[in-house]
Amino acid sequence: MDARRESEPTPMKNRTTVERKSEREVVVTRTFNAPARIVFEAWTKPDLIKRWWVPKSMGMSLLSCEMDVRVGGKYRFVFDASTPVAFFGRYIEVTPYSRLIWTNEESDEGAVTTVTFEEQDGKTLLAMHELYPSKEALDAAGTGSADATVETFAQLDELLVTLGAT
Amino acid sequence: MVQYSQVRFDTSFAALSDVTRRGVLEQLGRADASITDLAGKFHMTLTGMKKHVAVLEQAGLVTTEKVGRVRTCKLGLHRLEAETAWIERYRELWDARFEELDNVVEELKRKEKVDGRKKRK
Repeated sequence: MDARRESEPTPMKNRTTVERKSEREVVVTRTFNAPARIVFEAWTKPDLIKRWWVPKSMGMSLLSCEMDVRVGGKYRFVFDASTPVAFFGRYIEVTPYSRLIWTNEESDEGAVTTVTFEEQDGKTLLAMHELYPSKEALDAAGTGSADATVETFAQLDELLVTLGAT
Repeated sequence: MVQYSQVRFDTSFAALSDVTRRGVLEQLGRADASITDLAGKFHMTLTGMKKHVAVLEQAGLVTTEKVGRVRTCKLGLHRLEAETAWIERYRELWDARFEELDNVVEELKRKEKVDGRKKRK
């Protein structure tokens, strides 16, 4: 019936980039083919974030997700890993359609995350900046036990330097 | 996870505490070698060298690969490779998330369009 919609080409998938800006910082960027107000909405409504925050490839599911998106408001995500794990913290800046900043408070190793939404020609450039308290915390962030290897090698490198110097 | 990496670190430390094993690492830093080569270089039995290599392998310092009847040893991931691997793993995680987010965003866009049409009527 709607021939025009069918003939529309599938939009190209935008590229995700990851860069370690310093020993304690990582920046993830991605463009979305939608205005900033829509992308912002998808980051700030629990019903929506639930649908994308835990992709199948993570091998986990989200048991619950509570978000009080306003300055000082708390969030709490509970994941169903081998045993349920909770991630929580609070929002320290909420500027509609342009900026979100939150803390992560389940351990001393938690990051401060700043997400900016920059609209240009109907598209949104999203940048997520995470600042960790230490290099070790950043190395350990992300995706589970494999990360411990990185940390081990970093420590080992330091040890080898120390051993070599004596 | 901290405990886990502590175990790994202890394993690495134990692996490095032996003079032969440190020599093997030094040797593999220059070139890959078979267990037979290493046994010859360190004047050791094949069985003895196999044990040392197994300890280094356990600690992730060495990887081995058997091709035909020869088991070749090489150094494990070094720091730079480990960092590249970290970035790629992190990128994959966020890329998977953002692919799902694309779907959510497309749906919101369609909804906005439909709602807009309704309002105009």
